[in-house]
Amino acid sequence: MTTTTDNLTDLVQQVRRDILRMVHKVNSGHPGGSLGCAEFMVALFNGIMDHNPDFSMDGINEDIFFLSNGHISPLFYSVLARSGYFSVDELNTFRLINSRLQGHPTTHEGLPGVRVASGSLGQGMSVAIGAAQAKTLNGDDHLVYSLHGDGELQEGQNWEAMMYAAAHKIDNWIATVDLNGQQIDGATDDVLSLGDVKAKFEAFGWTVIEIEEGNNIEAIHKGMAEAKENTGNGKPVCVLLKTVMGNGVDFMMHTHAWHGKAPNDEQLEIALNQNPVTIGDY
Amino acid sequence: METTNSITKPMKSYVNTGNKDTRSGFGAGLTELGLKNENVVALCADLTGSLKMDAFKANHPERFYQVGVAEANMIGIAAGMTIGGKIPFTGTFANFSTGRVYDQIRQSIAYSHKNVKICASHAGITLGEDGATHQILEDIGLMKMLPGMTVINTCDYNQTKAATIAIAEHKGPVYLRFGRPKVANFTDENQRFEIGKAVKLQDGNDVTIIATGHLVWEALEAAKALNETGVSAEVINIHTIKPLDAEAILQSVSKTRCVVTAEEHNYFGGLGESVSRVLAMNDPCPQEFVATNDTFGESGTPAQLMEKYGLNSEAIVEKAKRVINRK
Repeated sequence: MTTTTDNLTDLVQQVRRDILRMVHKVNSGHPGGSLGCAEFMVALFNGIMDHNPDFSMDGINEDIFFLSNGHISPLFYSVLARSGYFSVDELNTFRLINSRLQGHPTTHEGLPGVRVASGSLGQGMSVAIGAAQAKTLNGDDHLVYSLHGDGELQEGQNWEAMMYAAAHKIDNWIATVDLNGQQIDGATDDVLSLGDVKAKFEAFGWTVIEIEEGNNIEAIHKGMAEAKENTGNGKPVCVLLKTVMGNGVDFMMHTHAWHGKAPNDEQLEIALNQNPVTIGDY
Repeated sequence: METTNSITKPMKSYVNTGNKDTRSGFGAGLTELGLKNENVVALCADLTGSLKMDAFKANHPERFYQVGVAEANMIGIAAGMTIGGKIPFTGTFANFSTGRVYDQIRQSIAYSHKNVKICASHAGITLGEDGATHQILEDIGLMKMLPGMTVINTCDYNQTKAATIAIAEHKGPVYLRFGRPKVANFTDENQRFEIGKAVKLQDGNDVTIIATGHLVWEALEAAKALNETGVSAEVINIHTIKPLDAEAILQSVSKTRCVVTAEEHNYFGGLGESVSRVLAMNDPCPQEFVATNDTFGESGTPAQLMEKYGLNSEAIVEKAKRVINRK
């Protein structure tokens, strides 16, 4: 699938509208991190990954993706729907009773595109490793992609997984960490400093690719191409994606305040005005 | 005490073909599975020898994953391996298979419907000398509370081997619990293991003894002792605690009108409480519990600990007499 950067910019704007409208409707959910990773997820599902919206759980002979920081589900659902995994109309059911679009992603309701539940943090790396090793056993040379929050790295299971990945030479997996520097209680530096994340991954035996402009689609394509080139070299690959939380809505940017808070009617209107409709609202 | 007769009744006899550890039954089952099902993979958290996984590892190094002392990661990797059609068997002690990794099992396996077999050795107090840090008596409760989780606690080497092979054919998460000590091996070597199906070992009229795991042999011994005093005890081996074979239980109590449950587990959350629910909902009758009494274990030999914590045939006999008196 090839898509021009201009088209993707339009899609990003539409995805932002989806995120804002979803969380506004139910007055809950996590817009900040969702907006921050919108460019990355749009690019990933439109050109970077070789994936099949005709969903199969096993994902044989296609690239597969795991969202470890499950709270940015509004973004995940919007991108999946707009990639053809399910109808965009279903975005209207986000967090409502009897919906497949649960507060955090789950396989429990059979939503196409979701391969494991996430929300309780720190579990996605291990799951991605398992899927990558299954691909190796199956002789499937496609890749596993995963996305993780930076605050999420405070969970110890990640470090178990990082150690294992290097020791077992898991080189068919690209783990991306959203380095937005924010978490629920404040800046990661204030809550529990992560220190030098790049040095830590490298010390664990990983190849680290940095994307300084994590909200720039061209920079994302360039960085992810470099990451892909580094797969198959006997080392796990990490992408440090430096993003701005709340990107695309001026009053939500550069703060943890919108991590898990929905805009009110007035705020929604301002936010949507900053992101005019491009493809069509659900 | 009223009993159906005062003379000794003929009983089925079970022969102990020689004491063996149930964990070796698991190892033998896994070895056989490895040879016949190439989708079976095994993961171990630095306890390959203790779990008897060496033969599988030697036969299939490409399908054996040493995870190190990192159980949370092991559970997550196992969940991921199911995506692509693998059938992962994880191996570590029961304590580190459940309590330590409860949230990983809950989210990545149970809630996500992943086809992982969590294989837990050294369960219960018979782990022995290592003491309470390693002797989990809460794991059945933890696992049976997870929606969709099948919970199995096997009684001897042969049954553990058969169960290990059977769970590979079952689609869905399974918790398979077994132990460290060498115990009587008496079930059929070529048995067909049916998940969720109770096995009646003795017919009796006065009391139903429902036992799981290491307590099944003790229940047979208790039935023999009771028989000598003129008490006719029915013995049911419940290897699958969830889903529980309610029909077999109800059929038996319709005749005996009282129950003793026996397990190497805290009575909170164990087999006994599952049986109580079946009785309360369908056919209330007196029940006594052979189980640990809301306590941690301690160091000692398995036999000493089973005696101290009231988990042997003598304890079953005592509870059987008591429950018959309550009828």
